[in-house]
Amino acid sequence: MRSLHLASVSALTMAAASLGSAAQAEDLTLCWAAWDPANALVELSKEFEAQSGHTMGFEFIPWPNFADRMLNELNSGGKLCDLLIGDSQWIGGGAENGHYVKLNDFFDAEGISMDDFAEATVYAYSTWPKGTPNYYALPAMGDANGWFYRKDWFERDDIKAAFKEAKGRDLAEPKTQKELLEIAQFFQGREIDGNTVYGASIFTERGSEGITMGVTSALYPWGFKYENTPGSYDMEGAVNSPEAVEALEFYKEFYETATPPGYTNSYMGESLDAFKSGQVAMAMNWFAFFPGLFADPDVGGDKIDFFVNPPQNQEGSTLGGQGISVVAYSDKQDAALEYIKWFANPDVQAKWWELGGYSAHNSVLNDPGFKDSAPFAGDFLQAMGSVQDFWQEPAYAELLIAMQKRLHDYIVADQGTAKEALDALVEDWTEVFEDEGKL
Amino acid sequence: MPDTPATRAAQATPPSVARKIKGLSDRAIAWIFVGPTIFLLLAINIFPLIWTIRLSFTDFKANRAGREIKNVGLRNYERILTDSDIWLNMQATAHFLFWTIFFQVLIGFTLAYLINKKFKGNDLWTTIIVLPMMLSPAVVGNFWKFLYQPQIGLFNYVIAFFTGKDPSSFEMLGSVQLAPWSIVIVDTWMWTPFVMLICLAGLRSIPDYIYEAAEVDRASKLRQFFTITIPMVLPFLMLAVLFRGIENFKMFDLVVQLTGGGPGSTTELTSINLKREAFEKWRTGYASAYAIILFVTVFGLASIYVKALNKVKER
Amino acid sequence: MSSFSVTEPSKRSKWFAGTMVVIYALVTMVPLAWIMLTGFKSPADAISYPPKVVFEPTLEGYVNLFTTRTRQTPEFLEANPPQTWYEEIVREYDMVIAGPSKFGERFLNSVIIGFGSTFLSIFLGTLAAYAFSRFKIPFADDLLFFILSTRMMPPIAVAIPIFLMYRQLGLSDTHLGMILLYTGVNISLAVWLLKGFIDEIPLEYEEAALIDGYTRFQAFYKVVLPQAATGIASTAIFCLIFAWNEYAFAVLLTSGTAQTAPPFIPTIIGVGGLDWPAVAAGATIFLLPVMIFTILLRKHLLRGITFGAVRK
Repeated sequence: MRSLHLASVSALTMAAASLGSAAQAEDLTLCWAAWDPANALVELSKEFEAQSGHTMGFEFIPWPNFADRMLNELNSGGKLCDLLIGDSQWIGGGAENGHYVKLNDFFDAEGISMDDFAEATVYAYSTWPKGTPNYYALPAMGDANGWFYRKDWFERDDIKAAFKEAKGRDLAEPKTQKELLEIAQFFQGREIDGNTVYGASIFTERGSEGITMGVTSALYPWGFKYENTPGSYDMEGAVNSPEAVEALEFYKEFYETATPPGYTNSYMGESLDAFKSGQVAMAMNWFAFFPGLFADPDVGGDKIDFFVNPPQNQEGSTLGGQGISVVAYSDKQDAALEYIKWFANPDVQAKWWELGGYSAHNSVLNDPGFKDSAPFAGDFLQAMGSVQDFWQEPAYAELLIAMQKRLHDYIVADQGTAKEALDALVEDWTEVFEDEGKL
Repeated sequence: MPDTPATRAAQATPPSVARKIKGLSDRAIAWIFVGPTIFLLLAINIFPLIWTIRLSFTDFKANRAGREIKNVGLRNYERILTDSDIWLNMQATAHFLFWTIFFQVLIGFTLAYLINKKFKGNDLWTTIIVLPMMLSPAVVGNFWKFLYQPQIGLFNYVIAFFTGKDPSSFEMLGSVQLAPWSIVIVDTWMWTPFVMLICLAGLRSIPDYIYEAAEVDRASKLRQFFTITIPMVLPFLMLAVLFRGIENFKMFDLVVQLTGGGPGSTTELTSINLKREAFEKWRTGYASAYAIILFVTVFGLASIYVKALNKVKER
Repeated sequence: MSSFSVTEPSKRSKWFAGTMVVIYALVTMVPLAWIMLTGFKSPADAISYPPKVVFEPTLEGYVNLFTTRTRQTPEFLEANPPQTWYEEIVREYDMVIAGPSKFGERFLNSVIIGFGSTFLSIFLGTLAAYAFSRFKIPFADDLLFFILSTRMMPPIAVAIPIFLMYRQLGLSDTHLGMILLYTGVNISLAVWLLKGFIDEIPLEYEEAALIDGYTRFQAFYKVVLPQAATGIASTAIFCLIFAWNEYAFAVLLTSGTAQTAPPFIPTIIGVGGLDWPAVAAGATIFLLPVMIFTILLRKHLLRGITFGAVRK
């Protein structure tokens, strides 16, 4: 009933708006990645169009090309995007190279307080230098890497019995990374309904950030640190610590013993394809996709459930998610700021969650009904409590490309050892920071 | 007056002809006709090339607006030529070049030879065979990626059907051993028709009377093939190799869509690596030096090759 | 043809050659046919495991290609029954059509940039080719070889300075910028090919016209151009095909406004993950014009693809 009501109201206001304010109406373009939440944002933004009289255009770029294309756009001083929901790691470059408008004055003037947003998201999506009250974005979409599985398979008696016999415990959502692997290995190569199925699909993509996002989901629970002391760029012994080596070896074992063949260059899309086509029992992916998966006619509903990235030595999830920024090259910054002001509104944030976007607003997250509003809502809160992000340095792309190469060389191309890969990574990163003048 | 090709052109035109013509002089017309093209070539090709050379001696980064640009002399070149990873990329490129040309020449020539038997409907089938090379390499690469997918793609099932192997038992794009071959397969699929067309032109350029004379001399068919057909087609074949060589040295779109350079760096051809340096890491100065090295390599190899080609033609 | 001709292959060898070529042609068509078939599959059928050869055809891929869709609540869906056949297809997933997709725009960009650069290449190329062909130009061969050599640069290498230049000039992600760039790349091919075609037109025609009192320009316009029409047309198609299929420059120098279809098609996204039927539908639509041109062009194919080095 609620959406119906909203729809008719917005139809009315739209009519009113088209009569009224034509004078300053702007054509705003918002750029983001092309994925499920983006479609929800289109729907949500109709209300903004109706209220403000501005029209919204959208430019959604698929994940594998998103960083490439948008950073290229920013670096060329392009005017394609007025608003950009840019990935968390871009904030350093966005701020230091002057791509993003600094929002502090605007927040103060409009009474938008960053205290209203979940602390982890403000830290990750909005601030540069990290943790200082210098804001270049408003948290738009909280996200983390999580897991989902075929609940219908997990609940089948024959499978349960077989698991119990093989592993000596009950088949259930894994409590540690090692349990996760054990379950995946159990399913690997098993016959279910006449098809050979596999353990889990994990991220192994080479071109953009895929394999790094996958591997860090193992590194963080093992206690991985980028630096010995934060801000020191002192990486020897942290990046290649024994725990990191163990975690990396774990991921490689996972890749070799519990994933479907051919998933050697797979990221979000491939992970979803593998799950939807019934090849795998479990899959890793961003929470952003969970509403869509839950609604899937073939594998959603009763057949699916979700769990947070399991801990090992500690809890840890790879951070996803983005903040929304105003692009400094835009000619329509005022209208763009209007959008951000509207978006920060608690009512809008509530509807954002309802439509499938992950609001980072405390009024939504702290709502007593939030945990039960979706089967993955509780997991989301838990994940956001222990998220870690990749480097957010202006040189993040160079750091990422180095890591992609080292990880893919070791895991997929099977070259060298985990220790060698991480040692080489420390060298690569040191060279980048030397070029940057930070070491 | 500046010494441009256009003015030279005008001067070269005999004055007697020029005087006979009303309206604009030949000199002016030559200038007007050639001028815009020269200008465009200068703007889009020459000026950027000079700029690239200049940048290649700096540590410029195109994504850092305020950063001071330092002259680093030959350091970029030194770094590239001593980087073992780049030599691996060169090797991958060489592997790709050699085998694509090998297969395309082999299959292309055979096809041309067969088509030249002038069976009924050979025109129609030639046109059909030619289709793949007219398509967009990026779209083709993207779709072959789908075809190569072990569980949901077609390729493995077709191989499985003929060999009895389990379709899930091998991964064309994911295995270090197979990936370099999978890009060779796609390129061969796409570009064999090119070699075929050129060979066909070569075969058709051989006048019938040469074979007739050989027949009179009672030369065997096999002998005719090696003493007439092959030598006569050779210049054409070499031309095809030149064009394929240049194109595949530049290869980017097809392979980037197929493997993105993976697994690891197994299929990271030089162009893919260059793109990472220039447009992902934004090491513009370094990438410029890299670009110049590639340009000099392809230009040098092509020049040597053209000399050889001309020698063969003269024979 | 005389039945005694020694160069006429025997019936048996013809039959053998024909069979082999037809087999090759059929095999080589399989991937293409698979692309086209996939365009008529449902997303679930497209990624079915193992792949499906027999399936129920649907236009879903084409609907998804041209629309963007959003999920809606059951109440909304119930209150707004679908009006058209394509809405009904979308409804099966509890979604509604939110608007047109970007595919139309990208396709249009391909048309604008493709035809724009082709026109410019041909216009400038014909003039230059005429000058090269008719006026004695010292070092003409060197100059022409140099023009040709500009095509040897890897596009990524060219893109580095072009990127910087365009950023300075404000030409990044503009139609004009892409048209100029493709013209700059194509013009070497155009001049080279057109010179060959114009060389073949006998000089006598023009001389006669000049003696009749035509100006040089009139002679070019009224005598040479009509004679070169076929050559111009086939050169144009080659320029168009290059600009149509080009990917590296497009992916590096455009981001939205002027982006063409090749960088766009591989990235068409459905609900979570790649929407393979929509990708296939987009690929099919994009490939059709080129296929038609190929069939039209078959006689001039060789000359075009070899820079005029081989004339059949």
